[in-house]
Amino acid sequence: MDVKAKIIDEDGLSRIITRMAHEILEKNKGSQNLVLMGMKTRGEFLARRIFESIEQIEKIELPLGVLDVTLYRDDFRTRLKQPEVSVSNITFDINDRDVVIIDDVLYTGRTVRSALNALMDFGRPRSIQLCVLVDRGHRELPIRADYIGKNIPTSNQEEIKVKMKEIDGEDAIYLMENSVKN
Amino acid sequence: MSLSSRHLLGLQGVPKEDIQLILDTAATFREILERPIKRVPTLQGKTVVNLFYENSTRTRISFELAEKRLSADSVNFSVGQSSVSKGETLKDTIKNIEAMKVDLVVVRHAAAGVPNFLSRICNSNIINAGDGIHEHPTQALLDMYSIREKFGKLAGLKVCIVGDVAHSRVAMSNIFGLKTIGAQVSVCGPSTMIPKFIEELGVNIIHNIDEAIQENDVLNVLRIQLERKAREYFPSIREYANYFGITQERLEKNGRDILILHPGPINRGVELSSEVADGLNQIILKQVTNGVAVRMAVLYLLGTLN
Repeated sequence: MDVKAKIIDEDGLSRIITRMAHEILEKNKGSQNLVLMGMKTRGEFLARRIFESIEQIEKIELPLGVLDVTLYRDDFRTRLKQPEVSVSNITFDINDRDVVIIDDVLYTGRTVRSALNALMDFGRPRSIQLCVLVDRGHRELPIRADYIGKNIPTSNQEEIKVKMKEIDGEDAIYLMENSVKN
Repeated sequence: MSLSSRHLLGLQGVPKEDIQLILDTAATFREILERPIKRVPTLQGKTVVNLFYENSTRTRISFELAEKRLSADSVNFSVGQSSVSKGETLKDTIKNIEAMKVDLVVVRHAAAGVPNFLSRICNSNIINAGDGIHEHPTQALLDMYSIREKFGKLAGLKVCIVGDVAHSRVAMSNIFGLKTIGAQVSVCGPSTMIPKFIEELGVNIIHNIDEAIQENDVLNVLRIQLERKAREYFPSIREYANYFGITQERLEKNGRDILILHPGPINRGVELSSEVADGLNQIILKQVTNGVAVRMAVLYLLGTLN
C-alpha cells in the first residue's frame, strides 16, 4: 500500500470532529438521553474526541463506552488470520437510551451489522445512530450513516487509513493505493 | 495469534505463547458472563460433542455452558445410556459420531491417552476434559487463570500442589503449565502419593504442610480421591487429615495471606477443614466461574482455526 494522497490534516480532523459533535447535539435536541459508543480500535479514540467536544459545548459528560465486535463477525471461516478478541467496556445501562455508534471508516457495513447485534445483547436502546469519520462507499448491506465526517468515493483497490495521535502519533486521513502493478 | 495445535490434549509441551493466548482470551470472555444476555454468536453452526465416559458435574456443565454461550450446537454423550454397554469399541463409537458431522469433541475417559488416540483417528478438534491419571488441561488453565487474576502474574510465583499428586491429572497439568510459564512449583503430601519421577520435572518436594504454607504464595489442594482407592496409600483418613489437612489453626499459626485453590468436590474434614472450606467458598466458586470463561476461550481458539 502506497500513500496516494493526504486528504485531511490535523486541523481538518479537529474541525470535522467539532462539526459532528454539533450535528449529534442538533439532531437529538440536546444531550439528555445520549450515550456514545466507540468501536475498537480507532472508533474508541474518535468517540473520546467527540465526548470532549460535546463536553466543551454543553458542559456535560456523556456516558462513553467501548464496543469490541470480534465475536460477532461473519468472516471467521474465510479469514486467514484468527482475529484477536478484546474487551467491550460498557459500564452503564443502554436500555431506552439513544446510542451513537462511532467508527472511523464505513465500508461494507458488516462491522456495523456486528455492532448492532452486539448492542442488542447489552440491552434495548431507544434508538441507535451511526457516526463515521469517512464513508468510502461499496456497501454490501442496507446500512447508512447518520453523521458523516467526509465522503470519499474510492475504488476497491484503494484504502482509507485514518491515523490518530493516540496510537499512530499523528492526526490525518490518507488515501492509499495497492502497489501491485498489472 | 492462533494456537500452534489443532487439539488440546494436555499442557505438556504446549508453548508459553499458547497458554498466554488462552488466558488472555479467557479474560475477554469473562466480561460476557457478566452481561444480561450471556451469549455471543461466534461458534454458530459448529457442532460440539461432549463425550463423557466418566462421571462429572463441574467440568461437564462448564463445557456445556461454554458451548452454549458461544452459540455452538452441543450434543451430550454419557456412557450409561449409550451403545458402549452393548460392547461397541471406542473407535467405532467415535467414527459413528464423526460421520454425523461434528467439529469439536470434548472427551473424558478413565483411561490415560484416549484423547491422544482420538486425535490420531479423527478429523475433529479434540479437547481433553480429563483422561485417567494423565492430564486435565482445562482445569489447570482455570487454576492458572485464577492465580493470575489474584496476583496479576504467574512467573516467579511459588505454587505448591498438596495431596495425592501421584494419581492426579489436575496436578500433572498444573505442573506442566506452571513450569512453562515460569512459576516455581512444589508438591506436598505423604511419600506414597508423591511419584518418583516428580523431581525430574523440576518440582521440589515438601513433606511438611506447615512448611508448605510458609514458603508458598499459592496452595492448590487436591481432592483425596477416595473412589480411586486412595485409602490404600495412608493408614487412615483421620491420620491424613492430621498431617496434611488444611485447618484454620494451621493457617493462623503460619500467619500468611495465601491463596488456596481446590478443584472440587471437597472432602470436608479431610484435605480441608469445614471451616476453611467455608471461608474459601467465594474463591472456589470464582474458580468455577473462571472455568466457563477458560473453556470458552479454548473452544473459540480451536473452533475458529482454519
